[in-house]
Amino acid sequence: MSRVHDMGGRFGDGAIDPNEPDEVFPQDWHGRALALTLAAGGLGQWNLDISRHARECLSPKDYARFGYYEKWIAGLTDLLVENGVLTQEELITLTPAPNSPLQERKMLAEYVAKILASGGPADRPSDIPALFTVGQQVTTRVHGNTLVDGGHTRLPSYARGKTGWIIAHHGTHVFPDSNAHRLGEAPQPLYSVGFYARDLWDTAENPEDEVVLDLWQSYLEPA
Amino acid sequence: MPHDDHSHSLLPSDPALRVKALETLLVEKGLVDPAALDEIIDTYSHKIGPQNGAKVVAKAWVDPDFRAALLADATSAVRDLGYYGRQGEHMVAVENTATMHNLVVCTLCSCYPWPLLGIPPGWYKSDAYRARAVREPRAVLSEFGTTLAPETKIRVWDSTAEIRYLVIPERPEGTDGWSEQKLAGIVTRDAMIGTRLIEAPE
Repeated sequence: MSRVHDMGGRFGDGAIDPNEPDEVFPQDWHGRALALTLAAGGLGQWNLDISRHARECLSPKDYARFGYYEKWIAGLTDLLVENGVLTQEELITLTPAPNSPLQERKMLAEYVAKILASGGPADRPSDIPALFTVGQQVTTRVHGNTLVDGGHTRLPSYARGKTGWIIAHHGTHVFPDSNAHRLGEAPQPLYSVGFYARDLWDTAENPEDEVVLDLWQSYLEPA
Repeated sequence: MPHDDHSHSLLPSDPALRVKALETLLVEKGLVDPAALDEIIDTYSHKIGPQNGAKVVAKAWVDPDFRAALLADATSAVRDLGYYGRQGEHMVAVENTATMHNLVVCTLCSCYPWPLLGIPPGWYKSDAYRARAVREPRAVLSEFGTTLAPETKIRVWDSTAEIRYLVIPERPEGTDGWSEQKLAGIVTRDAMIGTRLIEAPE
């Protein structure tokens, strides 16, 4: 079963408004929410996949009614409590308990540029050999996360049980389905996989159009 | 097991107040430096944005060797120009042609090549774009005023991993002899996502 964020192909969302304010952060709190999320991530208590999963775990009702940065701040708040950085008592009283052991990990302003510029690559060495070659036909599995029920996965519902072909092999990358649940980085081969629109949708706009997804080897089997 | 309990409901419901409360708590607890937040906001407001990607595209238009290097290994090619960092660790450049148009989306969240394009626009993060771009890209493009020739196929890239995509738009007619700098001035953010074409200059 899927979670609310897994919306690719969904009907009913209406028109897109391509015109919007030129500001990067239309409201000041948008920028504060983004910056606070990055700075709190720098405390090192969770990884990127855990952080994404926290936002996906918002209730469907909240996910739908929250704006983008409201989702970020809600996901961050939940992570801070789940990981013991803050307690629910502190959130209720807005009074911090003293002497957090994480103080020494605080991201200081002078290191921000270096931290943002150095990024966090996701490729890792792995003993798992690549099973597929460019051009080969593959079929995606029908299940989401097979390690944790309701867990994080990067195989969207619309692309499950579908047949496509390998477009590129990107080496071995951290496996989010595992890493989001602290089950290890478990790196494995990552591929770009192409699908014809006619194989994904009941009625394609143009059957020859293509959708490409980046998919891990364990999502795939030979077609 | 995933945690489906929700501590965020304990904070004020107004989003600006909610962010402020959390920031104040973390600053008073000694875990967040407010000057670091200012620095992050300044970086993505002024230093990192689509002007970076525009320079990459303009260079690809005028320099065949760079274009080849960019298409072969975009991560290295743009890193050589100084563009690397968070949410751009693994780059792929895809080129529009008369027969193939590329469009980028992230249906599961909002993955986007930050070092080249900055923070994504609101529409890129909207449910409507995320839901529809994969299923009806031509209808989506029409809402941006973009119409493709019937023989042009579309390839939609759903950014499901840590690979980030940059679309190299077609260089418009009427720009022969333009400098790289002048060309960079007509490359738009939306064209590098694939929702718009670059119009020929008047």
